Amino acid sequence: MSDRTVDRVAQATPERVARKIRGLSDRAIAWIFISPTIFLLLAINIFPLIWTIQLSFTNYKANRIGREVKDVGLRNYERILTDSDTWLNMQATAHFLFWTIFFQVLIGFTLAWLINKKFKGNDLWTTIIVLPMMLSPAVVGNFWKFLYQPQIGLFNYIVSWFTGKDPSSFEMLGSVNLAPWAIVIVDTWMWTPFVMLICLAGLRSIPDYIYEAAEIDRASKLRQFFTITIPMVLPFLMLAVLFRGIENFKMFDLVVQLTGGGPGSVTELTSINLKREAFEKWRTGYASAYAIILFVTVFGLASIYVKALNKVKQR
Amino acid sequence: MSSFSVTEPSNRSKWIAGFLVIGYAMITMIPLVWILLTGFKSPADAISYPPKVVFDPTLEGYVNLFTTRTRQTQEFLEANPPQNWADEIVRQYDMVIVGPSKFGERFMNSVIIGFGSTFLSIFLGTLAAYAFSRFKVPLKDDLLFFILSTRMMPPVAVAIPIFLMFRNLGLSDTHLGMILLYTGVNISLAVWLLKGFIDEIPREYEEAALIDGYTRFQAFYKVVLPQAATGIASTAIFCLIFAWNEYAFAVLLTSANAQTAPPFIPTIIGIGGLDWPAVAAGATIFLIPVMIFTILMRKHLLRGITFGAVRK
Repeated sequence: MSDRTVDRVAQATPERVARKIRGLSDRAIAWIFISPTIFLLLAINIFPLIWTIQLSFTNYKANRIGREVKDVGLRNYERILTDSDTWLNMQATAHFLFWTIFFQVLIGFTLAWLINKKFKGNDLWTTIIVLPMMLSPAVVGNFWKFLYQPQIGLFNYIVSWFTGKDPSSFEMLGSVNLAPWAIVIVDTWMWTPFVMLICLAGLRSIPDYIYEAAEIDRASKLRQFFTITIPMVLPFLMLAVLFRGIENFKMFDLVVQLTGGGPGSVTELTSINLKREAFEKWRTGYASAYAIILFVTVFGLASIYVKALNKVKQR
Repeated sequence: MSSFSVTEPSNRSKWIAGFLVIGYAMITMIPLVWILLTGFKSPADAISYPPKVVFDPTLEGYVNLFTTRTRQTQEFLEANPPQNWADEIVRQYDMVIVGPSKFGERFMNSVIIGFGSTFLSIFLGTLAAYAFSRFKVPLKDDLLFFILSTRMMPPVAVAIPIFLMFRNLGLSDTHLGMILLYTGVNISLAVWLLKGFIDEIPREYEEAALIDGYTRFQAFYKVVLPQAATGIASTAIFCLIFAWNEYAFAVLLTSANAQTAPPFIPTIIGIGGLDWPAVAAGATIFLIPVMIFTILMRKHLLRGITFGAVRK
């Protein structure tokens, strides 16, 4: 026993120090336990954030080491906010956000509601439906590119089978009109189960006796749905929307693999534009300002939303 | 007959619900089944029109995924008969296998970085979660919110200063750098999830242990840790899946040495463009572990994906 490292260290520790360790107060233990995590987060998250803020006021270019870095004040911010391309990217992001959330809530809630009918084998099918959500977005996005190929792709083939259109007559990823919808379809395919799972938890949290009471009051099924089911699930649904909203605002991997922002820049979401500025054009200062604007936007929107969510919860 | 309940759906509505849900599940599985099938097709079958559901299965995609090949002259091919079945497959294109491809290496990078960062996240996360769960920590809610808010940054935005920081510290394109980075991203998830699991363990267990003369540390690792084992295991799997799937940091911060599989798989090139069967084979190998874990984790899934905000 005594040759274990722990014991050897214990024996070698002077009595004075040993007593200190043994007698550590709860408060000291709390700080010993928490500080490594906080330190890591400061190093990996907060320090970079502060650095980004600092860089955003300069004209620094990361690929040119030794070039003189000038302080440009708020010029980067000014240029971003007055650039019409920025607003086009924001629009593309807004389109993507709105429609993915719309379809995911619609399909996700419907599925949860159906699964909650507790038909035989619903657990198995729920697990199967959930699979796409856990997979690597980049790998999946890359493969969807194959499904979307104009002539040979399975997606085009299935669409043409149902509509009679020639499968080489439309390009989901190559056409300015269709590409924004192509990314919405893949994201919806992937993340509908997420909304579904949360809605399902919400539906299962509604106690049976509420419906029993409504039944005694002769409330119709439709009325029960709108006055019990929907309000009781709403906080869950809003939480799901919050998660999807933040995630899709940050969206990068799936879309960059599918379209790379093209054709032109119709699917160039803010993250993709940011990547181009920072790692292709190497305008580090400009991109830093862009990153700060994105962060403030997502943080601001999320805070407002959480306030609304808390209000709904309190009702 | 069982007792009548007004909340139990009728048999007919159960049938309809079952039919619709199973229908959706079938449709949603089509792309995944297609990945699996394409991995076993020859390049010609993979891009045939109409898409082939029935085809001669071949391991060509897998051979192409794991090997590099070169074209050879007829004389060379005749002088050197094929060594094994893999050789035989590439011979139909007058090629010979000259060595392994980068896929194995990239896959191992994914394993090293995934497990390394998971271990570190769980180690640090368990300590922090225990402290947040059991002790009075000043500004506890603010700290917890701070930990969560680090997840709101778009990865591409964080990548700019991380790129510069790693370049200065010599951590660019290293396993250690990526492990630290993924730990920094995963730790918020680990702390939040683990705190939820530890909150559920009654304090009385530890208090009894403390009365029996255990120190805090002993009570922590002899009483709390075994009780939290399931929670720790499921949190670990979520961290592992995240690190496994991560793409943005990997593509921006690694290029050769520490590159993981997600940025590599889409770049597998064959003769005349992307080698889709090889891409599909790589995707299959890469996605199947996650599918298995998802099935094992189905009870804790909801908790994992909502940072413990929703518990069943």
